[in-house]
Amino acid sequence: MEFILLIKGLIILTIFALSLGIAAYETYFERVIAAYIQDRVGPDRAGPFGILQPLADAGKLFFKEDFIPTLADKGLFIIGPGIAMLTALMSSAVIPFGDTLLIKGQYIPVQGMDVNIGILWVFGIVSLGVYGILIGGWASNNKYSLYGAIRAASQNISYELAMGITLLSVIVVTGSLSIRTIVGLQHGIDWNIFYQPVGFLIFVTCSLAECNRTPFDLPESENELVAGYHTEYGSMKLGLYLFSEYVNMFISSAIIASLFLGAYNYPGMDFVHSFLTGKLGESFGHNLATVLGILVYILKIFFFIFVFMWVRWTLPRFKYDQLMNMAWKWMMPLSIVNLIIVAAAELSPYPLLFNYIGLAIFAFLYFGSRTVYNNKKSKL
Amino acid sequence: MNKGLPQDYLPLLIQFSLALGFVVMTIFASTYLGPRLRSKRKEDPFECGIESQGDARLPMSVKYFLIAILFVLFDVEIIFMYPWAVNFKKLGWFGFTEMLMFVGFLMAGFYYIIKKGVLNWDED
Repeated sequence: MEFILLIKGLIILTIFALSLGIAAYETYFERVIAAYIQDRVGPDRAGPFGILQPLADAGKLFFKEDFIPTLADKGLFIIGPGIAMLTALMSSAVIPFGDTLLIKGQYIPVQGMDVNIGILWVFGIVSLGVYGILIGGWASNNKYSLYGAIRAASQNISYELAMGITLLSVIVVTGSLSIRTIVGLQHGIDWNIFYQPVGFLIFVTCSLAECNRTPFDLPESENELVAGYHTEYGSMKLGLYLFSEYVNMFISSAIIASLFLGAYNYPGMDFVHSFLTGKLGESFGHNLATVLGILVYILKIFFFIFVFMWVRWTLPRFKYDQLMNMAWKWMMPLSIVNLIIVAAAELSPYPLLFNYIGLAIFAFLYFGSRTVYNNKKSKL
Repeated sequence: MNKGLPQDYLPLLIQFSLALGFVVMTIFASTYLGPRLRSKRKEDPFECGIESQGDARLPMSVKYFLIAILFVLFDVEIIFMYPWAVNFKKLGWFGFTEMLMFVGFLMAGFYYIIKKGVLNWDED
């Protein structure tokens, strides 16, 4: 027990350091990718290729004036960014970063904790994150901050509905809330994305909205609200807000990759596992296969982080009514239709085939009725 | 593993203390490391250079509250569906039709709020 707890502690420490490190370097990659897309040079001063830029940014933020406006609610003003960062860092505990490690004859999963409510834990913690933004924006006693905070809260809860329903369609297929079980059922290349492509698209879109990323970054749209909910913030408190956004991006990429792309599963993993255990012995081979799985998972996460950035520098921002209409009038009905199709297909003898048949029928009905409706309207 | 015992949640304490330590340390460090220069104008709420007018505890559009209330309603309905989704395969077609009815009622309410114009943001 003691020994397992020690290993668990080490794993958690690694995951913690990894999520902080990846979040720090996301800021660097964001700027590099932005520079590439906009045909600029990008950060190139701090170290070779500007690789030390995140450290320089953090150092600079630490030595800036930590400033609290006189009219602000002091306690809440400090607590706000703290909550945002705390919730961002807490949700990585249940994400299975790899298969098991074989140490001293014991199989230990590469995961903070494997509990049977895993995915609910992530959703619960992520939805607490909106309090950080709301408290910070309200406590600043600034109109721009207040509007940014309210927009953020309203947007997050709206997209959470569609996200929750899409999650249901994943759970219908797997029958478990533990992320490890969900990942385990996507062995090899039996990934959920093939069973529910619409669900995947809805989930990715909702993740963009939940992380307040462009095209859904209304809470911090510069041309309307100065800087949104963190207008009054400076120094490392601002840093915590920005940093928590990047940590959230990492976490949601990890969640997307584990729910829909099979996390550490890759085609031919059984062959690699048996090959490595055969060549290098049971323990070392198993561990090496696990490490390969972790690398595959990290690669998938990086791919989604790249997609997040790609979208940011490609699409313009929505108007607020468009944003809300999309959440309520499009995403939510579509996700419910997707849930029904997935559920019906799951009970049928060939889930994969019947899922696509269901989607085709739905698309036919939808576009057909729209054409008929438009024809009628144009005749009148 | 996966028995749901209290000690399964022990790693969570480690993670919580790490995260809390990081946050508290960062906030303290930035408070003591940075300079501190006070002035009246600087500590006023920022309003793009003009004199700040009054308090920011303003009344805001009722739409936001409606959205919040609708969220509570719909989210509770979705929470009802989680136990169904976990036991979905055991319940079979019976569970499916039952849930179809439930979703039907949910969508009837949804149709009502759309017709009521609760979600029309571009008109008052």
